[in-house]
Amino acid sequence: MLHFSRMKILAIVLTCLAGIVFALPNFFAKDVVAKWPSFVPRQQMNLGLDLQGGAHLLLAMDQEEIKKDWVTNLRDSVRRSLRDAKIGFSGLGIQGTQLQVRLAKPEDKDAALKELRKLIQPIGNAILGSSGNDLDISEGTEPGTINLKPTDQGMKARISSAAASSIETVNRRINNLGTSESSVVRQGTDRILIQFPGLKETSELKKLIGETAKLTFHEVHPSTSAEDAKLTAVPPGYKIYAGTGDESGDFLLRETPVVPGEDLADAQPGFDSRNGEAVINFRFNQSGARKFGAYTKENVGRPFAIVLDDKVLSAPRINEPILGGSGQISGNFSVESTTRLAVQLRSGALPTKLTIVEERTVGPSLGADSVSAGQTAGIIGGIAVVVLTILAYGTFGIFAVVGLLVHLILTLALMTAIGSTLTLPGIAGLVLGVAMAVDANVLIYERIREELRAGKTPISAIDAGFQRAFITIADSQLTTLTCAMIMFWLGSGPIRGFAVTLTIGILTSIFASVTVVRLLISYWLKAQPKGRGPLEIPV
Amino acid sequence: MLMKLIPNFKGIDFFPHNLRLPFMRYKDLAIALSVVAMLASLALYFTRGLNYGVDFKGGSMIELQATNGTADVSALRDKLGKLGLGGVQIQAFGGPSDVLIRIEEQPGGDAAQQDALKKVVEAVGSGYTQRRVEVVGPAVSSELRTTGIIAVLCGILAIVAYVWFRFEWQFAAGAVVALTHDVLVTVGIFSLFQFEFDLSTVAALLTILGYSVNDTVVVSDRIRENLRKFKKMDLNELLNLSINETLSRTILTGVTAIAVLVALYIFGGEVIRNFNFTMLVGVIIGTYSSIFIAAPLLGYLGVKRDWSDQAVKGAAPAKA
Repeated sequence: MLHFSRMKILAIVLTCLAGIVFALPNFFAKDVVAKWPSFVPRQQMNLGLDLQGGAHLLLAMDQEEIKKDWVTNLRDSVRRSLRDAKIGFSGLGIQGTQLQVRLAKPEDKDAALKELRKLIQPIGNAILGSSGNDLDISEGTEPGTINLKPTDQGMKARISSAAASSIETVNRRINNLGTSESSVVRQGTDRILIQFPGLKETSELKKLIGETAKLTFHEVHPSTSAEDAKLTAVPPGYKIYAGTGDESGDFLLRETPVVPGEDLADAQPGFDSRNGEAVINFRFNQSGARKFGAYTKENVGRPFAIVLDDKVLSAPRINEPILGGSGQISGNFSVESTTRLAVQLRSGALPTKLTIVEERTVGPSLGADSVSAGQTAGIIGGIAVVVLTILAYGTFGIFAVVGLLVHLILTLALMTAIGSTLTLPGIAGLVLGVAMAVDANVLIYERIREELRAGKTPISAIDAGFQRAFITIADSQLTTLTCAMIMFWLGSGPIRGFAVTLTIGILTSIFASVTVVRLLISYWLKAQPKGRGPLEIPV
Repeated sequence: MLMKLIPNFKGIDFFPHNLRLPFMRYKDLAIALSVVAMLASLALYFTRGLNYGVDFKGGSMIELQATNGTADVSALRDKLGKLGLGGVQIQAFGGPSDVLIRIEEQPGGDAAQQDALKKVVEAVGSGYTQRRVEVVGPAVSSELRTTGIIAVLCGILAIVAYVWFRFEWQFAAGAVVALTHDVLVTVGIFSLFQFEFDLSTVAALLTILGYSVNDTVVVSDRIRENLRKFKKMDLNELLNLSINETLSRTILTGVTAIAVLVALYIFGGEVIRNFNFTMLVGVIIGTYSSIFIAAPLLGYLGVKRDWSDQAVKGAAPAKA
């Protein structure tokens, strides 16, 4: 037990050295480390948002809205495909989450079913193959009706793709807040987590992501006003939109836009050359420019509406065909709001509104305070452990302290190397890890004392101490590991940090407090002068 | 070489090893006391309830620091009281320049919480910098509550499964009662003093579980060893012997952990004071439960006495 082969000693020493090399950058300032030669590790530990300051925002997508949008789009597709196939229908309505078509002639049923089934899209991926369809199309209970129902799988796929495009859009939008290592990731099914280190003020961030910013261009009903439509009936395909800003009244607009928001290629804040008002200058892509050109050419003299997030910004009259594909939007904007809106429009619309369901922001001053508080507490706690250990175990206590030092260095090194994040609870975990690591030595040394009291020779007492105590150490560490795993699984941010620190601490403590300490003791034994009476164990 | 430089000196063996404290004599009393503590904790939980933090209750918390060095709590109270946001709590926090504002969860879902936060920030105006903002909407807070409970239950179950695998079912039964005791009594103390109960408290509870079972495992290991050594010894006497033999370790490790936690509690800063406090309470309760609950329960449940190699083979993979 106390004999170490050359190879083993070499491995232990190399492990300790590697630990020092990897842990070292953490003890120097960032700019000092940056000047080091590139062959030494220069990576420093990531600090959590609670230590370096920053914002953590959890956003939720509106699943209902995604579903509603899908069904609305589906209605347009159904209308188009039935018209194209020249199948007459007398009704097309949304009932709850499904769409019902009432055919004019029930005998068209088979042709209609055939036509509508073309709308079905398989869901799946290239590797696993298709796993179902996004739509369920079936005959209704009444003759001549067909029901189209989105499947759960289809919904899941929609939410996935909405999440992916939301993440892209959010990323593009917040890149405008400055160069920083912000991260936007999906969490769970319908949530998006933004982490923005170093951000002091979240109000601009919240405004940027707070609007879907869907800009569309719509036809205004040529003869009926919104007021008339409210009294009688809204013509099919049209919808009443409220005005905002300069436009106070309501508008009756065709629901399907002339040019959808996706066709917007660029948007910049600017000023109107005539009155100096803040405006947005926009440009369409080719397809948008073509559609817009064709529409304005045919509708000179009529008004059209510019709609942002279902609110009419302005409804100017088309004075001449707009063929260049660019234009200007006014809407009683402030300079600040045009700047933001331009960013939002350039970044693209969000597929659905995002609601902030959780926010945790830590200012940089609090973060710095926490770091220094953690350091103070760590140093004082560390000194307490060192004093207690040496008082209790004398020379062997010094060996235990060396083991603790190795434990601490290796924990820091591993955390740095795997790029895990140090949080404030993580610092507590580090300090607590030291207390737990010392438990291993306490178990061993108490056992050695016990064996000595039982009358064993010094060497066999040391041997038995390590051997017997090891089983207990392994058992107790494994149970703590279990708790750490569960914490990691439960964890959000800081608590995960605690769990990671605890786990790494457990793994390194067995090496440091058992193997390293045993090696030190074996060296100590060799260094004892021979033949000067019986060996005294300083424990 | 280097080893010669290190002086040889013995540590202070503070513990009187011939002392045999009659723990088992008081096992009825200890268990009765623990049962009373558990029942009292449950009663407190159901009558007085817990002072849930933002994590579990929803709502917002803002920590502000006055730029001129002194925060005027009463002026803030006046300003924020007029907003009509229901319960708004304002308290001094840490130094004289810091205040903590808590806004209860607003009706109207997630967006309403952000609106309330905006109103408060506007009403506070300049003169304060935001040190920390936490807003938890109703959906997230209820999820956090559920995962918190699941995590603690899973923690107990996983530990018990491990103890069962390594020892015998009686040991696992002792561990589960001891762990449940630790969690319940800690929760009871939180309810009694109305300390804030949040996500970090749950993390602390899980760590306490780990620490407590650590102690239980150490004692159990010794019990198993003594069961092999002293085949004819009276069980209660054997349990008492095992507790006493491991007592020096239990105390030394406990003192070290407490020393570290006190340092963290005093110097570790306001933000994790709660967490450190929970751990401190838990380490004490956890040490108590290993000695006075887990081991004595074995005396009641009885335990397999034949731990010879033939009997053990095929059962637990114990090698000790």
